[in-house]
Amino acid sequence: MRLLQDQTAEQKLGESLIIQTAVRILVPFIQLFGLYVIVHGHYSPGGGFQGGVILGASFVLLTLAFDQKFALKYMSEKANNILSNAGALLFTGTATLCAICYGGKFLDYSALDKLLPLGPIAWRSFGIFVIEVGVGLAVMSISASLFWLLGSNGEMDEGL
Amino acid sequence: MIWILDLMILILVVVCALVAINVKDLLSATIIFGVYSFAMCLLWAEMGAVDVAFTEATVGAGISTILFVAAILHTSRRSKD
Repeated sequence: MRLLQDQTAEQKLGESLIIQTAVRILVPFIQLFGLYVIVHGHYSPGGGFQGGVILGASFVLLTLAFDQKFALKYMSEKANNILSNAGALLFTGTATLCAICYGGKFLDYSALDKLLPLGPIAWRSFGIFVIEVGVGLAVMSISASLFWLLGSNGEMDEGL
Repeated sequence: MIWILDLMILILVVVCALVAINVKDLLSATIIFGVYSFAMCLLWAEMGAVDVAFTEATVGAGISTILFVAAILHTSRRSKD
């Protein structure tokens, strides 16, 4: 462990070709699985939170195998901020739209039937999907940026 | 539910928890804590709570272990005072 800490202090923690190639191949499949978990959240185990954590873990894996600059090329700090806020806005926006504009209760999706007449049952199913996507976006950006900030002392430059 | 499997995983959970508290090296404690999380995940999946097991596997064994490692790598071996 002392060796690890010394190497971290000198920013020379080894870059292994095997790990980098494995991560390059693995990351698209992890992200695909995360999307699957989010989209199938209301039929099977899983949902927005779990899928979001899986998507965030794929960026954490990129940061661990390469360095933080490499991961930030795929998910920049600005995009991260925008996505996390968009997720929170999608959740609260949908819930508030039901409550305020269409006279239902908070998170009562069947009230959205007046927006687009699909029938209350279809709206209940679709509303859960929208909420799950919002939760997934927020959790993905927050769990990735938690690791980035913790790993780089809050400077978002080199990372572990 | 299989009674014997339940008991075996429960014993593993308790042993992992005790070892994670008592071991001196912080990195070892973190890895054992990951094993603890995964044993809890197995226990929940075995009891039929698949959704909770999924959350435990992703958050407990995945992200929180990584966050602990990231925090530990920024500490020093001995305290300064």
